[in-house]
Parts: sequence; structure tokens; C-alpha cells
Amino acid sequence: MIQAFAFYLFAIVVLLSGAMTISSRNPVHSVLWLILAFFNAAGLMVLVGAEFIAMLLVIVYVGAVAVLFLFVVMMLDIDFAEMRAGFVRYAALGLALAVALVCEIFIGIGAWSAGGIDLARRAAPVDPAIPNIQAIGNLLYTRYLFVFEGAGLVLLVAMIGAIVLTHRERKGVRGQNIARQVARRPEEATRNMRPEVGQGVQL
Amino acid sequence: MNGAIGLIHYLVVAAILFTMGVLGIFLNRKNIIVILMAIELILLAVNINLVAFSAALNDLVGQVFAMFVLTVAAGEAAIGLAILVIFFRGRGSISVDDPSRMKG
Repeated sequence: MIQAFAFYLFAIVVLLSGAMTISSRNPVHSVLWLILAFFNAAGLMVLVGAEFIAMLLVIVYVGAVAVLFLFVVMMLDIDFAEMRAGFVRYAALGLALAVALVCEIFIGIGAWSAGGIDLARRAAPVDPAIPNIQAIGNLLYTRYLFVFEGAGLVLLVAMIGAIVLTHRERKGVRGQNIARQVARRPEEATRNMRPEVGQGVQL
Repeated sequence: MNGAIGLIHYLVVAAILFTMGVLGIFLNRKNIIVILMAIELILLAVNINLVAFSAALNDLVGQVFAMFVLTVAAGEAAIGLAILVIFFRGRGSISVDDPSRMKG
């Protein structure tokens, strides 16, 4: 009973916030609705027993990706009203395509639940004795080790790519030149003067 | 998964969310930021599908795969937003129609 209530709560909120994400007037609001959608999707995943993916969703998506979106939306100075110009023009076509797509997906689900495909073998059966996170760790660091390394490589390439793309040398900034500071010797930095009394020093 | 809420419920939620993502790409044709967010919604729907099947079939590989989907989605968002930032710097707008003028 309580599971059904929680499922319907999470499902309805995730669908509503998804709809608000794509239809909201202001992209900042869109990002906030997206964050709500991710939170409730994480709730759905907790409900089904996938705690690790749920926590990953909250940490990676809400903590990193959504905040990145928020930064970019606020950094760019854009006239958002002008961006909405094609909204009505493309709405009919988009809705028609969406209806076609959802019909196809429902037909697919119906065909699948009618028992067309028999998935007899399990690649990694769930052992109820060990917790979800431990089981995923066991799988990830043994059988899928190289795929895991590949995922790390993907993230590294993405990080380097983002830095290379957005980094720029600024002109007219007095930055610190460490090599010049280290190479400086006392002879060129100081002078010994013996000025006359009352004459002052010429530098 | 308990008796009342089955795999089908999850599949329906994921299907509607996926369709919403596709619809979002069509509705916000001019705004790349919202298009990227719609792509994130699509990937979220795919992840819900993977996790639901993983739970229904008692097979952990679906959850491992969902993690890799998450990784690729994070990388894609980072690169996409970086490209968006340099595009905005050079042009002062992020309209989708503009890149077609960048020929040559």
C-alpha cells in the first residue's frame, strides 16, 4: 500500500516536473524543474531497490550537471523571450510526433508483456544476502573493470575537452611570472648607493 | 518489486518521460539549453527503464549499465555546455538557426 502510494507520488511529480522543464518560460525555472525531476526519479529507483543508482543520480545530476546548467544559464546574457518564437509554430508537429512515439512505445510494451521475448538467462543474478552497493561494486571491479576504466577515460576526455574549449588567454592582465621571479638574482635587484647628505638618491 | 506496482508501471512512466524529452526538443527549437535539458530527460527515462528491468529480471547488469549511461550523459552535458559558451562568446546569441551560417 505504502509502496503504491510512494510510486504514484514519485511518478506523478517526475512527469509533472518533466512537463514543466520543457514548457517553462525561463530556462532558470527549467533547470530547477529538472532538478525536481531527478530527485523524484531517484525516489523511484530507491523504491525498486537500486540505491546506488539513486544516490548517483542525486550526487552526479543534481550536484554537478544541474548546477553546471544553472551556471551556464546565468552566465549567458540572452533575450529569452526571443527564444520562444517558434514555440507555437512547432507545437503541432511536435505533438503529432510525440503521440506517434508514445503509441509506438506502448505497442512495444504490449508486445513485450504478451511474452514475445523470453529472457531465460541472467548475466549477474541478484543475491538477496548482499546489499545493492556491494553487489554493484563486486561486479564493477571484476567483470566490468575495463568498461569502468573506459568510463573514467570518457570523463577525463570530457573534462580536458571542456577546459580546452572554454579557456582563453586574457589580455591586459598583470599575471605572476614565477620563472622570472625565481631567476632574479640579488645583483640585479639591489644597488649599493652612497649619496651626499641632503642630495637624495637617483634611482 | 511488490505485487501492486509492477514492471509495466515503471515502463509507462519511462515511456511518457522519454516522449516528453522528444517533445521538448521540438517545442524549444531555438533554445539550445532547453534542448540539452530535454536530452537529459530522455537519458533519465532510459535509466529508469534499465533499472526497472534490472529489478524485474533480478539481474544487476542493468544497474551497471545505467551507471555508464550516467557517465556518458555527464560528459555530454559538460562538452555541450562548453561548446555553447564559446559559441555565445563569438556570436552573442545561442539560436539553433545560427550555426547553419557558419559554413566554411
